[in-house]
Amino acid sequence: MMNNLYQMQRAMRAKRQEALKRGVMAVLDVGSYKISCLVLRFDEGAMGYSGDRHAALAGQSAFRVIGMGTTRSRGVRFGEIDTVQETERAIRTAVQAAQKMAHTRVDHVMVAFAGARPRSYGVAGEALVRDKTVAEDDVARALASCDLPDLGEGREVLHAQPVNFSLDHRTGLSDPRGQVGERLAVDLHLLSVEANAIEALLYCVKRCDLELAGLASSPYVAGVSSLVEDEQELGAACVDMGGGATGISIFMKKHMIFADTVRMGGDHVTSDISQALQIPMAHAERIKTRFGGLVATGMDDREMIELQGDTGDWNHDRRHVSRAELIGVMRPRVEEILEEVRARLDAAGFEHLPSQRIVLTGGASQVPGLDGLASKILGNQLRLGRPMRVQGLPQSACGPAFSTSVGLSLFAAYPQDEWWDFDIPAESYPARSLKRAVRWFRDNW
Amino acid sequence: MRPLGPAQRPYQPPADAPRTRRDPAPSVMAYRFQRLWLTPIFRVFLRYGLPVIVILGGLVAYVSNPRNIDHLTAQVEELRRTIEARPEFRVTLLSVNGASPSLAEDIRKTLSLDFPLSSFDLNLPQMKTDLQAMPAVRNAQLRVAADGVLQVDIEERLPELIWQTRDAFLLIDGDGVVIDDLTSRPISAPLPLIGGEGADRAAREALTLIRISAPLADQLRGFVRVGERRWDVILSDGRRIMLPEDNPSFALDRVIALHQAQDILGRDILSIDMRRPDRPTLRLSAGAKENLDMLRGQLVVSGERQG
Repeated sequence: MMNNLYQMQRAMRAKRQEALKRGVMAVLDVGSYKISCLVLRFDEGAMGYSGDRHAALAGQSAFRVIGMGTTRSRGVRFGEIDTVQETERAIRTAVQAAQKMAHTRVDHVMVAFAGARPRSYGVAGEALVRDKTVAEDDVARALASCDLPDLGEGREVLHAQPVNFSLDHRTGLSDPRGQVGERLAVDLHLLSVEANAIEALLYCVKRCDLELAGLASSPYVAGVSSLVEDEQELGAACVDMGGGATGISIFMKKHMIFADTVRMGGDHVTSDISQALQIPMAHAERIKTRFGGLVATGMDDREMIELQGDTGDWNHDRRHVSRAELIGVMRPRVEEILEEVRARLDAAGFEHLPSQRIVLTGGASQVPGLDGLASKILGNQLRLGRPMRVQGLPQSACGPAFSTSVGLSLFAAYPQDEWWDFDIPAESYPARSLKRAVRWFRDNW
Repeated sequence: MRPLGPAQRPYQPPADAPRTRRDPAPSVMAYRFQRLWLTPIFRVFLRYGLPVIVILGGLVAYVSNPRNIDHLTAQVEELRRTIEARPEFRVTLLSVNGASPSLAEDIRKTLSLDFPLSSFDLNLPQMKTDLQAMPAVRNAQLRVAADGVLQVDIEERLPELIWQTRDAFLLIDGDGVVIDDLTSRPISAPLPLIGGEGADRAAREALTLIRISAPLADQLRGFVRVGERRWDVILSDGRRIMLPEDNPSFALDRVIALHQAQDILGRDILSIDMRRPDRPTLRLSAGAKENLDMLRGQLVVSGERQG
């Protein structure tokens, strides 16, 4: 299984390299509320993910957004694909709009999604350094020596990022290559998701005539775009409140060390409103975004909201509720989501981290009064985050709802080293000599 | 699960009722076509490749049918003919300038034009070459003048000498070009006679000598080229003046001067040898020799002297 995944990820990485060479790539955020597609143009010469990852301006100068398309999501629930055909149509809509704006055809796409029950694992491995100086081969052997935990039936690894290297007694190395030592130990953060979600996604992307150039977890890329550099360095949690799922990712020393999702989001708030006020979902969504809030004041008792309906019953269609009532419907659900986030953070041991910073982002974080409510539940060091500014991004895509898209763009331009970026150590090749010779030729010629 | 069959709608809302808009999505074909349309090579193909292919294909299809070709050629021919037949291009008259009447007749015969004809049918360079190939024509200028006149300006070669060869008497001009036989062409004025191998090549020199020898005109018979290098002047009674190779006119001048001063040609001589211009030599006839000896007082019987 692991080998299979390794091949697939390497194939995707090769396609990403191809897209970077071609200079145009699309990133697709498959969310439960909206599906958005950004078309990126990469500058010539500024490529190379294995190069300097911590470039000036945090790397966003290497690409430019030349097209954007957003459409209402359909067929996606809890951040995972529910109806393949509907999702395919939605992806087609978004991609077509983005292509039209970019005046370019895109063939390669990177996809981020929130759901599929991500689960984090910390894995450790170690290897003896072969000739004093740590080479790439030693890193590969250390990574290969990691014990793969039992992921469970039908689960695949989505991210496997080395987050920490230790050489003899020194720890906290971000890149051990070139260092002198004997024993190289590595800590690997492994994120596994349900395999059928990936399958459905692959199917959709293939049906749209696109090539999948990479997969990313939405909580992770939201953290990449919303956390500023020192937050990523010192440790912070990013809570990406989406439509169908709320993603949590914890960053430390510029690496994600934990990710999880709460399978609740803004759509649940909408459905609560719809049920409580007995109005259609579309109308409930409109009322939520227009009048919604979390903290009721005396003023809100007097502000009446007209409820519209098309049942034909005059009394039912001509009702009014006060804004306080609306807030009364919304607040418990948001509280529930935040409580759940708190529980997940506690389970992850977030309180032991030196910094207790929490950043709220995502579309559902735009509810007025969320910062006050969340700071009561999640702690004081809390802020509402917007994604980093990238070149060419339209004004309409600068809000927190697009932190996943922007983060995925950053991830596409400056990917994290993952486990499969290192070659499988030579010992584990099955048929050694011939394949190695072929491989050597392919790599060097 | 959603029903797989077509949706059953028991209730159709009225057309003006507000309906929730179905999410727009491009069809698969529209999506694919847009992607194709955004492919640069496809755009280039549409812009350049397709027109070229269509035009070339059409041309090839048209040309591949021989009937089309015939039709096209016929039409082009027809058009050409109508243009050529226009009165503006019609040539109706041949006008020969600068040629004697007999030569003009020859020229008309050589060109053998069948008037009226179009000026496109005239091959003026060829005609010019033909005319210049005629011996009596030194140079010819042809042009189609206004009012449909083909103007031929001839620079005629006029016979200046009669060259006597073993076979015939030929008329040549100053350049030595043979114009005609004497018998086939009547000449208007008497011409000087020259003879000998290579005399035609020295015709220009002969003319000079003839001009110089004008005082001797009453006894001059002709000039003979000797050994293709020098001239003999033949006078009446077979007397000769042998001129040198170099500067014969000077030598002839001297002879004429001698004649005018001493009436040398009136005497009984056979020839005057001027081949050494500084020492003219006379050959006397036999009687003259005896007379001379007698005058000198040396009367010797010639037979004894010879013996």
